Amino acid sequence: MSHRWLRGIAGLAVLAAASQLLAITGLVPRDFLPPASDILARAVKLAGDPLFLANVGATVTSWALGLAVAVAAGVPLGLVIGAVPAVNLALRPILEFLRPIPSVALIPLVSLILGAGLATEATLIVYASIWPVLFNTAYGVAEVDPVPKETLRVFGFGRVAVLCRVSLPSAAPFIATGVRLAAAVALILAVGTEILSGFGDGLGVFIAQAQQAPDGTVDVLAGMVWAGVLGLLINAALVRGERRLFRWRAV
Amino acid sequence: MTIRWTAFLAAVALWELIARRVADVFFPPPSAIVLRMYHLWFSGPPAHFFLSGDAVGNLLPSLARMGIGLAVAVVFGVVLGLALGRSPKFFAYVDPVLQFARVIPPPTLVPVFVVLLHLGPTMQVTSIVFGAVWPILLNTAEGARSVDPALLDTARVFRLSAADRLALIIVPSTLPKLFAGLRLALSLSLILMVFSELLPGTANGIGFELTDAQSRSDLPTMWAAIVLLGILGYLLNTLLLVLERKVLHYGRS
Repeated sequence: MSHRWLRGIAGLAVLAAASQLLAITGLVPRDFLPPASDILARAVKLAGDPLFLANVGATVTSWALGLAVAVAAGVPLGLVIGAVPAVNLALRPILEFLRPIPSVALIPLVSLILGAGLATEATLIVYASIWPVLFNTAYGVAEVDPVPKETLRVFGFGRVAVLCRVSLPSAAPFIATGVRLAAAVALILAVGTEILSGFGDGLGVFIAQAQQAPDGTVDVLAGMVWAGVLGLLINAALVRGERRLFRWRAV
Repeated sequence: MTIRWTAFLAAVALWELIARRVADVFFPPPSAIVLRMYHLWFSGPPAHFFLSGDAVGNLLPSLARMGIGLAVAVVFGVVLGLALGRSPKFFAYVDPVLQFARVIPPPTLVPVFVVLLHLGPTMQVTSIVFGAVWPILLNTAEGARSVDPALLDTARVFRLSAADRLALIIVPSTLPKLFAGLRLALSLSLILMVFSELLPGTANGIGFELTDAQSRSDLPTMWAAIVLLGILGYLLNTLLLVLERKVLHYGRS
């Protein structure tokens, strides 16, 4: 295991050294592609900049809001689709025609209808991130073992009670996976919408404005690093949460 | 199958009725959208497969960029993925770099490429490649890593060359994982194709038509482009599923 870590660090070091070498030898001009040391120094400096932190905060806020709405709507909808065959039959074709629409294609339309801002961003995030939640919930509920369901029915429990006591808990790991996928998609839409709108607050807005600045390359790259860190943190938190919640299942 | 289409047509009919009743400029009825799609793109001469000048000037460049980007991503992803999957040492060296590159939301890379490569097809194709390569690469690596060791031992006993082992054992057992990665890569490349065309300063493409229509508040055209992209996504995904079924079936026999 420690070997793995050492090798990973060595890999990162080689990459950093190579980028440093390109800059020192002048093969790549510093203002065209800054070396890793410049990018990292800028990224660290940005972490202490309240304006930049406000931008990150705005992105995280719309990410969380959009994801929360997507989960709150996607799980019940997925439950009904997975549990009631008639609803599945009626809704499935419509959903399957809506899902392949690339969500970023809706950015201009939603911006035109709702104007730039949190409402537009959250709407787009909900549209993009509801699919993994909805389809994973529906799949999980449809796969539930019928024996415990029927046992509870025999003991006089109603359909809703069975859904809450059996179907929901046994579909929970699938739902969690859906939420993790949705969280990544939500971040893509949050940053993407901000980059295109180009004004207001947000990590994407910071990157878009840096792109317009004459010597903004290092800011664009430092912003990219922070977007990656955000993605890493979100993914790590959700994987941990899944492991903790479903420890019984992994055995 | 019939139930699927009935439900779908019923939904479209309902949408038409409501849109006509409400008559909101932001939500044109589907009939208006389809009519606009026909006039914009499919009213050309039969010699051009009914594609209009607009379709040739915007749809084809988009599809070409997406096709090239996806093809490059497949070549890089499969070659690197196979190497990473078969060499745990190599994998350990690049794992942290890959894990980080994978979680960067792809749209953030687009401004980076705009700065480095300037606006244009090179930047657009590069964005598509960088968006689509990760699921292919990581899935291929995972598939190649989990090849049954007994099969490889048998191959060694029979003195199969390294090339034969790759072609006869490693690649076929990697295919199911590879296709799972391809499906993700396909939708990511469609997203990045559109996204890279939405940036101001783009010359052509479906995304360009979208922003162009947005600047003129031409809502039927915007809806037409969105519906077209949905159909495109659906068709490409279906095509990939057919290919997957054919290839995997062949691999099993």
